[in-house]
Amino acid sequence: MVQFAQQVINGMSLGSIYALVALGYTMVYGIIKLINFAHGEMYMIGAFLSFYLITTFKLPFFLALLISMVLTALLGFVIERIAYKPLRNATRIAALITAIGVSFLLQYSTMFLVGADIKVFPEGFTNRTFNLLGVGISLKQILIFSVTAVLMVALNTLVNKSKIGRSMRAVSADKEAAALMGIDVDRTIAITFALGAALAAAAGSLVGMYYNTISPLMGVTPGLKAFVAAVFGGIGHIKGAMLGGFAIGLIETLVVGVGYSLMKDALVFFVLIVVLIVKPSGLLGKGGREKV
Amino acid sequence: MKKLLSRFHWPMWAIILGVYGLVAILIEVDIINAYYRITLTQIGISLIAALGLNMILGLSGQFSLGHAGFMAIGAYSVAIVTIAQPSVIGWFAGMLLGLVLTVVVGLVIAIPTLRLKGDYLAIATLGSGEIIRIILLNMKITNGAAGLSGIPQFTNWTLLYIFIMFCILFMARLKFSRFGRAALSIKDDEIAAEAMGIQVTKIKVMIFVFGALFASVAGSLYASFYYVIKPETFGIARSIDFLMIVVLGGMGSISGTIAAAIFMSLLTVFLQSFAQLRMIIYALALIVLMIYRPTGLLGSKEIFVNRMFGKKVKSSGNSSS
Repeated sequence: MVQFAQQVINGMSLGSIYALVALGYTMVYGIIKLINFAHGEMYMIGAFLSFYLITTFKLPFFLALLISMVLTALLGFVIERIAYKPLRNATRIAALITAIGVSFLLQYSTMFLVGADIKVFPEGFTNRTFNLLGVGISLKQILIFSVTAVLMVALNTLVNKSKIGRSMRAVSADKEAAALMGIDVDRTIAITFALGAALAAAAGSLVGMYYNTISPLMGVTPGLKAFVAAVFGGIGHIKGAMLGGFAIGLIETLVVGVGYSLMKDALVFFVLIVVLIVKPSGLLGKGGREKV
Repeated sequence: MKKLLSRFHWPMWAIILGVYGLVAILIEVDIINAYYRITLTQIGISLIAALGLNMILGLSGQFSLGHAGFMAIGAYSVAIVTIAQPSVIGWFAGMLLGLVLTVVVGLVIAIPTLRLKGDYLAIATLGSGEIIRIILLNMKITNGAAGLSGIPQFTNWTLLYIFIMFCILFMARLKFSRFGRAALSIKDDEIAAEAMGIQVTKIKVMIFVFGALFASVAGSLYASFYYVIKPETFGIARSIDFLMIVVLGGMGSISGTIAAAIFMSLLTVFLQSFAQLRMIIYALALIVLMIYRPTGLLGSKEIFVNRMFGKKVKSSGNSSS
């Protein structure tokens, strides 16, 4: 039982990371119906920016996290403007192929600039493990939970209460009507990309701190898994992405705990295929009909 | 068979046999040496696999990112059978086994996932490709991450060329048949196609399996040329390579795919020592191409050899097939 509780704690911390990345997928998909394949690379770039801010500029972790989020958000904004905006009215396949292109471009440009080797992320503080009724929870895990919680509450407030959040929801519901109501659609979409990128950067930095290693290809698998999480929870729903992230994190950790660590990636994709067949709209999705 | 051949006039035959003869002579006198033979085989294998992907992407408009997974099935089947039975019969038996397995796995993947649209399909096929790779990584008979080595070499220019020609002819016949036109109509408008009485799901599944079979053949040829295969050879990056060829040549264009496969394989050889730079160039090319010419360089058009020689091709009718 204690063992199980321990796995749940570990699964939840991994799930927090997936949830943060999944939020970006779900927001972008909700607003322009594009699977942003390059989203996993935002996570990777966020981690690298934090790494350099901490090692080269000797900044404390939290400050590095914040600056990395801002810079990655800017990058997300710029990428949207250059690569995706010209394709607003193109076919879905064209947009998808572009996203794959952007993803590879970011991966290999990073590799070109910093080298392909794995880098050791500095600890920055002494990690301790607290004992709660025999279940260990480390300072790092507490940090992940608290940062994730703060960001999620902030995002929820932003989307539901602020003006930009309202325009995001309006564009997601009906782009043309939103434009007629005086909403700057292009700006809203770009801001959505930037927000998603910032969340992914936070996740990347947290992962760097948690596992202590980062590499240019670190974003590929977590990116895909976070996408699965977004679909699992119901793509386009912010709460669904959070739920899905935690669920995928838990599933993965429990599978490893039972001893099938080599199969964990296959299992996540298997979950995806099952979800897509049984309930394509996801846990919280309403399942609309395709219009003719 | 007679009908299949009757549509090809003498210039076509001259080119088909001429290319074969020329390359065969060049290999014989060692102008195409062992090093260039690797490139040549690379072109052939990429071409076959890319044609398969082009069928899925260009004819029926579905998206597959798991193409390398089917290549892995073909490669491992041939490897396992020919290591146990190193003969030409063993090779064909291995390839046949690969084809049968590919049909089974392809159907298992296609029937549920092809109900999905565009992007979901891309992720589901990508996931399936990864599942195939991870299963190969964990099986005893495939020797895990180390892969199989010491595979007897059977792939030579003649065998490769026969398969290339077969695949090109197969796809050309498919594209200009009633079946191919039905597939193209699905690509353009699925709902309208369904309303016209086309069995959308059946055609999509069939084309997906045909495309997978091409990849499997490419894998079989790959395994018995390179001696060694590993699960990581058939990862996402390889699927993306094929995607790049199809997109560059034009989705739905056979001649485009041929040109792009040759061009891309040569580019890969030239940029061999700059692997990262090569990927950066590919990625930029993909983005620029999608922004300025989303259908690829040739679109779904074809370059007809016959037309270059002033003979009129009877407009691609042949309604009876």
